[in-house]
Amino acid sequence: MSEQTDTQETFLHPTPLLDELEKGPWPGFITRLKKLANRTHNPMVRGVLDQLEYSYETRMGYWKGGVVGVRGYGAGIIARFSMIADKFPEATEFHTLRIQPPAGFHYSTKALREVCDVWEREASGIICMHGQTGNLQLIGCTQDNVQHIFDELNKLGWDLGGAGADMRSGMSCVGEARCEHACYDTLGAHFKILNNYGDDVHRPSFPYKFKFKFSGCPNDCANSTQRSDCAVIGTWRDDIQIDHEKVGAFIDNNGLDYVVNSVINMCPTRAIELKGTRDIEINNSDCVRCMHCINVMTEALSPGKDRGVSLLMGGKGHLKVGNMLGSMMVPFMKLKTDEDFAKMIEFTDRVIDWWAENGLDHERLGECIERLGIQTFLDAAGLEATPDMVEHPRDNPFFKAAY
Amino acid sequence: MSASTEEWKTIESGVRDHIPELHPAQVRNFGKWQYHYRPRPGVLCHVAESGEKLFTVRCGIQRQMTVDSVRFLCDIADKYCEGHLRFTVRSNCELMTTEEANVDKIIEELEAEGHPVGGTGNAITCFAHTQGWFHCDIPATDASGANKSLMDAIFEEFGREEMPNRVRLSTSCCEINCGGQADIAVVIQHTRPPRINHDILSNICELPKAVARCPVAAIRPTTVNGKPSLMVEESKCIVCGACFGACPAMEINHPEYSKFAVWVGGKLGNARTKPTNMKLVAHGLPNNPPRWPEVAEVVKNILAAYKAGGKPWERVGEWIDRIGWKRFFAETGLTFDKYMIDNYRHARISFNKSAHVRF
Repeated sequence: MSEQTDTQETFLHPTPLLDELEKGPWPGFITRLKKLANRTHNPMVRGVLDQLEYSYETRMGYWKGGVVGVRGYGAGIIARFSMIADKFPEATEFHTLRIQPPAGFHYSTKALREVCDVWEREASGIICMHGQTGNLQLIGCTQDNVQHIFDELNKLGWDLGGAGADMRSGMSCVGEARCEHACYDTLGAHFKILNNYGDDVHRPSFPYKFKFKFSGCPNDCANSTQRSDCAVIGTWRDDIQIDHEKVGAFIDNNGLDYVVNSVINMCPTRAIELKGTRDIEINNSDCVRCMHCINVMTEALSPGKDRGVSLLMGGKGHLKVGNMLGSMMVPFMKLKTDEDFAKMIEFTDRVIDWWAENGLDHERLGECIERLGIQTFLDAAGLEATPDMVEHPRDNPFFKAAY
Repeated sequence: MSASTEEWKTIESGVRDHIPELHPAQVRNFGKWQYHYRPRPGVLCHVAESGEKLFTVRCGIQRQMTVDSVRFLCDIADKYCEGHLRFTVRSNCELMTTEEANVDKIIEELEAEGHPVGGTGNAITCFAHTQGWFHCDIPATDASGANKSLMDAIFEEFGREEMPNRVRLSTSCCEINCGGQADIAVVIQHTRPPRINHDILSNICELPKAVARCPVAAIRPTTVNGKPSLMVEESKCIVCGACFGACPAMEINHPEYSKFAVWVGGKLGNARTKPTNMKLVAHGLPNNPPRWPEVAEVVKNILAAYKAGGKPWERVGEWIDRIGWKRFFAETGLTFDKYMIDNYRHARISFNKSAHVRF
């Protein structure tokens, strides 16, 4: 299947290398950008395609950052000026508005169409869905129009997200809105916690970025452990709920060998035993809440009823010390009532304040904890040490305990 | 300039409230979902305690959307989904309906517009990818184009659920790796220290900031032609590119010496095994636009070997844990070399400190 655009159109300049990306079955961004340009005759889109073609020819990028913003905010607009505007004057400016989407990337068509109308009327009409941090990214406007565009969007109920050394926009899995595994309301938590930090989203004052991500269960569909400084992951304290009749039906349908090979043998702590030939038994004190058996037998098994969240902290991407996964800091807390949220925010405030005081320029929370030592961090955060925080107690013999 | 005349007072509304944006069936059954099943690849059916069923059709999009493609999806959502839709963290679009009869119609309309339906269960799904030359200020490649080329190369697997478990993919246009950890990740790798433009460096860079940015203290102040500038101790430099972000006069990208590397075994969730970082299995692959065929070949080989050898529910990294790295390299046709052995902080953690060996 090829979806090449009509080459008879005369608005666009030739882009033979980009045109190669019009071939093949996956939805092509070049095809659709060309269609947009041919329909709207927006010179910025043409200029950007010309510059992108030049990047493909020369294998180099030609955007540079800068300072573009809106009144009262220190973040949210990503400036892009062409380094070779003399060659491609239509691509001189190509700035992005990072917009905070509704949690879980849920949209009504009304809300999305309103964005599209403003964005086509005032700017390029190009929208990235979504940035890896979790923003709706409106790509391609000019500096002299950015305030007006933001005003128009703000009137429609949209606000900018984070950028630079600040609280970044959050991200959440679909959660209780459409998932039986969700152990807390990820969407509500995203909404409440990020809006508590609204000032820090708009006004960078941290050593570097800070990200919250919200996953409803340990399957971690929001990739929070790897991609956020504070991963909020749903879990439970009591026993996995078992519908024994449905366990029997599952075994009837899938075979005893499947249950042994793909459920019991794959339990990481060997917490499941076969009971007779049509049932299983779970030793819940051995269970580490990994989700595997629940994922496989979604009708028969579900998380327990005493639900809350674990907080893993210090996750971050590659720069500068390599990828760091978040590590367990708070094994369990409730996150349902206003009091629960107040307690959570009191805790994250303490952590962020400590990091803001102690972090070096461009140092993420995880790096800061590593540099200053976990004991310093635990004391500052007001956390009691628990064995849940470690793979094993230290094997390095040298330490200085209180004396 | 409009910025000087304040007409509208900004409302710091922050995250937009999600509740009005949810599909009505999501609101009705909020927190009361019982289980789900997949009637076919690309379609989920969630069943609520009330017995109500919500069907979800998941489709691929090009991520760099246009208002036209967004409006097209809105048209379908208005026609079949009560005016609501959502997107996933890996840039898929999800269209939800309580009417089973709508499912085929949604699929038909999506496919007619070139949006494939799939990405559920044990399928591959869209690469989590970055902007690249299209919009980023520090890219060494075009991640958007690489994603398109790679998804074309492994397209069939998007619409099938034939892998041992789900396969998460990512591609990143520099070593910051904004695409993130994945079962298979394709990431630009810088191979040479930055090239320094001494003529402009002191005009555009804060020198102490650039010095502090280096994780191995390889950057030092110096004077070149009477102007303050910076130098890089090349034997120390680990070519991470961190300085380039702080100082654009320290160009790390190069049309020839920016290469692709492939990493495997990153795992995002906690099911069975703990989350893991991905590991290097190929490097020095050419950055070859517009279709990056050499990279696609490696990804295809890894997927084929995993599909053939993985046991049900094993993620790529778990499959390798079982068969061992030696067999992984044999079965994928990739070559292990000394650069794949870590030599950074805590490197010994990844050494084999045992007599365990496979023959």
